[in-house]
Amino acid sequence: MKRRRFLLLAGAATLAGCATPARAPKARVVVIGAGYGGATVAKYVALWDPAIDVTVVERGSEFISCPISNLVLGGNRTMQDITRGYDGLRKHGVRMVKADALAVDSGKRTVTLAGGTTLAYDRLVLSPGVDFLYGEVAGYQGAEPRVLHAWKAGPQTVELRRQLEAMPDGGVYLLTVPVAPYRCPPGPYERACQVAHYFKRAKPRSKVLVLDANPDVTSKGPLFKRAWQELYPGIIDYHANAKVVAVDPATMSVRTDFDTMKGDVLNVVPPQRAGDIALQAGVITTANRWCDVDWRTMESKVVKGVHVLGDATLSASGMPKSGHMANAHAKVCAAALVELLNGREPNPSPLMNNTCYSFVSDREVIHVASVHQYDATQNTILPVKGAGGVSAARSELEGAYAWSWARNIWADMFA
Amino acid sequence: MTVKLVALAFALAAAAAHAQDNPVARSLAATCASCHGPDGRSVAAEVVPLAGLPKEHIVAQMKAFRDGTRQATVMPQLAKGYSDAQIELIADYFSRRPR
Repeated sequence: MKRRRFLLLAGAATLAGCATPARAPKARVVVIGAGYGGATVAKYVALWDPAIDVTVVERGSEFISCPISNLVLGGNRTMQDITRGYDGLRKHGVRMVKADALAVDSGKRTVTLAGGTTLAYDRLVLSPGVDFLYGEVAGYQGAEPRVLHAWKAGPQTVELRRQLEAMPDGGVYLLTVPVAPYRCPPGPYERACQVAHYFKRAKPRSKVLVLDANPDVTSKGPLFKRAWQELYPGIIDYHANAKVVAVDPATMSVRTDFDTMKGDVLNVVPPQRAGDIALQAGVITTANRWCDVDWRTMESKVVKGVHVLGDATLSASGMPKSGHMANAHAKVCAAALVELLNGREPNPSPLMNNTCYSFVSDREVIHVASVHQYDATQNTILPVKGAGGVSAARSELEGAYAWSWARNIWADMFA
Repeated sequence: MTVKLVALAFALAAAAAHAQDNPVARSLAATCASCHGPDGRSVAAEVVPLAGLPKEHIVAQMKAFRDGTRQATVMPQLAKGYSDAQIELIADYFSRRPR
């Protein structure tokens, strides 16, 4: 407690230093995006070295969590439950700027915001999440809001829930899964469970049709399939190797390479790539989609002084695109920034972990966990052999852990 | 009075500096915070707060998770990813944190 007060005072002193030109900050870190990666890196840099000036550029006015958002679709949580304000970051001395970041000049080390403001940085952190490759699904452009992805928690989450509520009993909810890698590997299968759980209670003649572009369920496969069979018999119809190539909102149908399928609610999740600002900043390195990084610092492999976190990265072996993983990226990045900006060497051997919980009903949960250790001989981060794994079976105990995970990781980002 | 204040300021600065002594320990401990709360202060009753636990207790629990003598859902799988040296650093860090 005493130390917290001390740091708060130190943070206040730094802020005062910014307001009066008498004391220049040690260094300027600009973070773009205040999700699981961006909020965490901002807080931890401010916490670990209050003399560093931290500015976060975020277009939203509050944080809405993607993890747990499937429960809003199932009617088991509210938008309020998954929303947090940014005041916690401000209390750590972080400056929040509500704006769209439009351009990065990595030569001049500046970021230009919508409206023309320019921010100078010593180190830039991009945590932009994903944007969608709409062009890979013919007909998607202009199909919203009849066709939704709801793969960023927010207005589309609310709208998809509304469509599910409006759907008559006996209808078909059609969910499509893009080819991996995509944000949140178990997310689509959890979503199928949540919608099925809602149908079972409220619209028992309705169906969940899942068209998966992948050859099998990409995460926790046996656990999900068992839940579908035991909890939702006859409700969930799962098709593997069913890549959706076109969507037609007029006929409410999607087309795969082999077939045309109809739905009353169309939830088409398009393929994804690193968020737009990563593309603009020139840090996308691989398949025109993802950003390769040095896992000791999260610095881009191609643009010096620019670090990339979260879903936007070219995932290392066995590393999912998850909120928890982005939080882990952010802490490695924050530690490295503090060392680098103080003229010291960053930790040569960082460690990360991941735990992803999925709700297969309103109470029962399954998990996948892993630990990742930097390997100097291979210059990358690798899953620790013998560590990690999945649940033995779904349980209400893990349901309690899953909700406490959410509250603790949000506190870790903002408190 | 002034002397006391100066002494207090130094004590606080020393307490702050101590925690920052070992950035590796601090970073390892931060990997626990995603589930156990900021600096090990859990905001959820279901998950044990790590801040202020005795070092020996944390080391013993982590080793029990690793060798299977303590059963749990996630922790046995995560504990297997941490070396003895890493567990020592984490346990030492949290034992010095305020509850």
